[in-house]
Amino acid sequence: MIKLKNISKTFTTSSSKLVALNNVSLEVRKGEIYGVIGHSGAGKSTLIRCVNLLEKPDSGEVLINGVDLTNLSPKELRESRKRIGMIFQGFNLLKTATVFDNIAIPLKLTGVDKAEINKRVEKYLAIVGLENKHGAYPSQLSGGQKQRVAIARALAHEPEILLSDEATSALDPETTDAILELLLKINRELGITILLITHEMNVIQKVCDRLAVMENGVVVEEGSLLEIYASPKHETTKKFINSQFPNDLPKGLIQQERKVGEVITLSFVGEVTSQPILAALAKEFHVYPNILSGSIIQLKEHQYGRLIVNIQGDGEETAKAVAYLKDRNIQIEEVKGNDLEYCSI
Amino acid sequence: MILNIAAFNERWGSTIWRASLETLQMVSIAMFFAVIIGLPLGIILVLTREGKSYENKYVYQVLNTFINMIRSVPFIILLFFILPFTKLLMGTSIGVRGVLVPLVVYSAPYVARLMESSLLEVDRGVLEAYEAMGISTKDIIWNVMIREARPSIALSLTIAIIGLIGATAMAGLVGAGGLGDLAYRYGHLRYEKQVMYTTVLILILLVQGVQSAGNHLAKKLKKD
Repeated sequence: MIKLKNISKTFTTSSSKLVALNNVSLEVRKGEIYGVIGHSGAGKSTLIRCVNLLEKPDSGEVLINGVDLTNLSPKELRESRKRIGMIFQGFNLLKTATVFDNIAIPLKLTGVDKAEINKRVEKYLAIVGLENKHGAYPSQLSGGQKQRVAIARALAHEPEILLSDEATSALDPETTDAILELLLKINRELGITILLITHEMNVIQKVCDRLAVMENGVVVEEGSLLEIYASPKHETTKKFINSQFPNDLPKGLIQQERKVGEVITLSFVGEVTSQPILAALAKEFHVYPNILSGSIIQLKEHQYGRLIVNIQGDGEETAKAVAYLKDRNIQIEEVKGNDLEYCSI
Repeated sequence: MILNIAAFNERWGSTIWRASLETLQMVSIAMFFAVIIGLPLGIILVLTREGKSYENKYVYQVLNTFINMIRSVPFIILLFFILPFTKLLMGTSIGVRGVLVPLVVYSAPYVARLMESSLLEVDRGVLEAYEAMGISTKDIIWNVMIREARPSIALSLTIAIIGLIGATAMAGLVGAGGLGDLAYRYGHLRYEKQVMYTTVLILILLVQGVQSAGNHLAKKLKKD
């Protein structure tokens, strides 16, 4: 559906050169929600803006349904853009127009007739849950409501693809969840393919089927949500996953626990979550697992859990226990020092 | 006192009334043309700026310099400086017709600058959102840029109109009439104090009225 091939983009100012994208390739399949995560400056914003050519790549191909947008005439490009909706962090609504007009004006400008405009505004305002806000001005709406109007505006063109440029980054956690629910609904019920970028792992975790992690203009890791959570490889990916677990263990505790045994984190995905794995450990080996902290979060379709455990026992038995856990596809990392940094063992 | 007012009205009423109408006439006609010329220039200034959709260093620099040049010349000098051009264009260089050309030449670049700053206030993100929806630049200019800038444009034009009222006062020098002419010829040269005071009072009321109307319109357009 969306295929980016070897996209590069460098921003040049009189004093410096900034490589925003360095040979990035990506494929988004029809009907999926694909997330790109990265810190600010990673190039993800430039990447999503390359999909509808708001930013023109220096080299590479942008294929939408097999058509390379970089080869189109301005008129053909405008036609293609109508099939690609986009929502933004800043909503980007007309301040001087009502909710109705904010959706109707772009439709009018793209040549949709009046009866059809009225029909579509009704339909999509209902889908985003704002059917009685026709006459309101953006200044009278909350952030979440403004984003809903922006979503309705994008949907009203009946696009195949929706690009979401940090659409929830300006919203509070509760509103973020509501907007993510809406994106899921749009994806399921209208079959719209969604490409989103974000710097928040919880956005990825809740809605994405597949994701890419970006750093310094390069995709450093890519895969399905499950794969990435089950075995993250790159440091940045691990940091993003760790960011979802509040590590509020007292500093002294870790040091103290390390005197009596290894302190490790166990991360597990899917069925394993419901197995009494630590009980089995105690039974099979001469070790005594002591849980220091633990939580389970919901990924889009699976559960992902993490425990911080102190395994008390002699070195050999502990090593066997760790091997046993690894056999069951559990990710193991040692808790280093007192600052709760993780490293693979 | 009442007799005095009646007598003053009898003696000067129609003259002042006519002068007021002349001022209004000059301001409105000149403003009309100034906007017709200034708005497109303002749009060109915004679009050809660095980083904008029709970035063009040469067009921008030439226009920018040209506008600055005209704006450097005080109206009273401009009035005489462009006399040949006025005569060529209007067939005369005196009267209301004679003063309209310098008034427009004086205000159009000013309006262009004001439009430029109003249009630059429009959120770039909104323009981008419309670009992303496959809407042409022409449509974006009219339906997004100018529409969103309307409250600011209303305030800018208020400033321009008030400036123009001031400029018309000098129009008397080429025999164009108006309130400035009246105050100068009767109030100053003939020591008719009451005419002077009345003229100043009318000008104050006019400027207050224009400013209030502008503020009101801007507020109405703003929607927040």
